[in-house]
Amino acid sequence: MGRDARRGGRLMVLLDALAAWFADPAHWAGPNGIPTRLLEHVALSGISMLIAGAIALPLGLWIGHTGRGATVAINAANLGRAIPSLALIGLAAPITAAFDPQLGFRVYPTLIAMIVLALPPILVNASAGVSEVDRDLVEAARGMGMRERQVLARVEIPIALPVILAGLRSAGVQIVATLTLGAIFGGGGLGNYLVLGIAQNDVGQVFGGVVLVAALALLVEGGFALLGRALTPVPLRAAEGGEHRGRALEGRAAG
Amino acid sequence: MIDWSWVADHLGVLAFRVLQHLELTAIAVGAGFVISFGLAIWSVRRRAVYPPIAALAGILYTIPSLAMFAALISVTGFSVLTAEIPLILYTLVILIRNIVAGFDGVPAEVVEAARGMGYTSWGRLWRVELPLAVPLIIAGLRLASVSTIGLVTITGVISDSFGGLGYFILTGYHLQFATEIYVGAVPSILLAVAVDVAFVRLQARLTPWAATRGVAAG
Repeated sequence: MGRDARRGGRLMVLLDALAAWFADPAHWAGPNGIPTRLLEHVALSGISMLIAGAIALPLGLWIGHTGRGATVAINAANLGRAIPSLALIGLAAPITAAFDPQLGFRVYPTLIAMIVLALPPILVNASAGVSEVDRDLVEAARGMGMRERQVLARVEIPIALPVILAGLRSAGVQIVATLTLGAIFGGGGLGNYLVLGIAQNDVGQVFGGVVLVAALALLVEGGFALLGRALTPVPLRAAEGGEHRGRALEGRAAG
Repeated sequence: MIDWSWVADHLGVLAFRVLQHLELTAIAVGAGFVISFGLAIWSVRRRAVYPPIAALAGILYTIPSLAMFAALISVTGFSVLTAEIPLILYTLVILIRNIVAGFDGVPAEVVEAARGMGYTSWGRLWRVELPLAVPLIIAGLRLASVSTIGLVTITGVISDSFGGLGYFILTGYHLQFATEIYVGAVPSILLAVAVDVAFVRLQARLTPWAATRGVAAG
C-alpha cells in the first residue's frame, strides 16, 4: 500500500515536471524552442528520406522487375543494417568536417547515417514487393501489348504498393527516432532535449523530448498507413492490409 | 590522420570495451529471447493474445533509444538496468515476430502427420514444429543481435561505465580526436558484421536440408 502510494507519487512528480516543461513559454521560443527543434527534426528527416528514397526506390523497383542483382542487393542491405548509426556518424564526422568545419561536424554526418539507415528497408521492400507480383499477371500485361515500363508502372507498382509503402514507413519511423542521436554531436532536432535533459538531470525536459519524438514517430506511422489505404486499389483492400505482408517480408528478406 | 601510437597505447582499454560490448549484447539478446520465446509460444497456442503482444512490442520499438535511456535514468539511475532494460525491450518485437512466423510456417500436412502419429500437442510443438521453425528463429536472433550491437554504442550516453565501443566514439567526439572516434566506430562495425556472418553460418549448420538456399544467400 505504502509502496504503491510512493510509486504513484513518483509518477505524479514526473507528470508535473512534464506539464511544467510544456507550459513554460520560454520553451516555445528561440533557437532551442519547441517549434524550432520540431521544424529542424522534420526538415532533417525529410531530407534524409528524400535522398534515400531517390536512391533506393528506383533501384529496388528495377531489381524487382528484372530479378537481376537481388542477392547482391539483399546482402548489401543486410550489411547496411549491421552498421551502427552512431559508428557511422563517428566515421563520417572527421571526413565531412575536413570539407566544412561547421556543418560537416554537426549536421552532415547525421544526415549520411540517416540515409544509410533508410536505404535497406526501402530497397528490400520495393524489390521484394515487385518480384512477388503474380508472374501470370505480368505475362498477361505483356500479352496485352504493354511495354516493360508500362508493366512496371501500371501492374507491378500498384499491386506492390502496400509492401513498398511499408518499407518507406519503416524507414521514416526509424529516421525520426534515430535522428535524435545527431544532438549528441551538436546537430539540430528534438534530440537536444534528451541530451541536455540528461546532462542537466532535468526530468521534465527529457520526458518532453520523449513525448515529442514519440508523437512525431506515430504521426509518420499513421500518415503512411493512411497513404497506403488511400493508394491501394479498391479490389486489393479486402485482402488484408499490406502491413502484415510488408512486415513479414521484412523479416524474411533479411533472414 | 590516425594516431597509431595512441591506438597502440590503448589496446588494453580497447579489449575491455569489446568484451563489455559483447557482454551487454549477450545479456540483452539472451534475456530478450527467453521472454520472447515464452510470449511467442503463448501466442501460437492462444491466437487471441498475439495481436496485443505484437502491438505492444511494436510501440516499444518506436521509442527512440536515446529517449528510453534518458527516461530510465530517472527511474533506475546509472545502474546496468538502465542500459539493459531498453536493449531487452528492443529485441522483443524482432524475436517474437520471427518465432511466431517460424511456427506459422510449419506446413499443415506436417502437423497433421504428427497428429496422426499420435504426438500430443506439446510433443508436436517441441519435436516437430520447433525444429522446422529454427531457420526463422535464428534469423530473428541474427537481426536482434546485430541491432543490439548498434544500440549498445548508445548506452555510452548513460555514463562512461557503459557504451562498449561507443565510449570511444563519444569521448573522441567531445575531444574532437578522430583517432579515438575511429577506434570505436570501426571495431563496432566489424563486430556487427562478424556476428551477422556467424549467425548465417550457424543457420546453415543447423538446417542442412536448406543447404542450397544457404549457398545462394552466402
